[in-house]
Amino acid sequence: MDAPTGIVAPAQLAYLQRMLDFVVSFTEKAGFDLKRIREIELCVEEALVNIFNYAYPTATGEVELTLLPGPENTLEIRIQDRGTPFDIFSVQEPDLDADIEERRIGGLGIFLVRRLMDRVEYRRDGDRNILSLFAKLPPPREPSGG
Amino acid sequence: MEVEKRMDGDVLIVSVRGRIDAVTAPEFEKRLMESIGAGEKAVLLTMEHLEYISSAGLRSILAIAKILKTKEEKLVFADLRGPVKDVFKISGFGSIFTIFDTEAEALRQL
Repeated sequence: MDAPTGIVAPAQLAYLQRMLDFVVSFTEKAGFDLKRIREIELCVEEALVNIFNYAYPTATGEVELTLLPGPENTLEIRIQDRGTPFDIFSVQEPDLDADIEERRIGGLGIFLVRRLMDRVEYRRDGDRNILSLFAKLPPPREPSGG
Repeated sequence: MEVEKRMDGDVLIVSVRGRIDAVTAPEFEKRLMESIGAGEKAVLLTMEHLEYISSAGLRSILAIAKILKTKEEKLVFADLRGPVKDVFKISGFGSIFTIFDTEAEALRQL
């Protein structure tokens, strides 16, 4: 895969579709199958919406999404904001066995991210939240012709 | 995201197509809320043409399910496809809700 490529946008729901389109378009070109593209799209949505909802409670801010080659033949989707510290691993997993009345509304998005991505990392660097989602790259396509 | 509704006996059938994401989930929830209370005893959500659902959509479904539960109405699902089916499975919705393979099968059982 080539050099890092990215997109910066205000951390607002109005920019969700644009950012998802960017990721979908890239993963299509990278040769991911449709199922995996949908899963990656879902995880990026969950991560972004979380930032839109919680990162900047009192002011407006930006979110930066970068696609870059990760270790061990992966695609790294790096999502950064300068908002409230938020460690994705601090969120309690939902109780999947609870019935309708007891089932909590919330926590599901992060759970999906942790289940569907091949690896997830979070670090706080200065005033930045840096969330990295890793997806194993598909095997290279057979070269066509000689 | 588009929602179509019709009654079959006392079952309210709601077909949803397109995407239920963080942007469209509030509209989906609103449309569903407006649809219930038409004297139905059960609500059947058919998802043959639903391409994508995120946790925002799951939250809407859970919110509706909680309301229907207080009205002693059933909420069941049919025709889950591809990624939607997987998301239901991973999030445990497959075990808290009854899911039928087809709309016809759901109507036979309700």
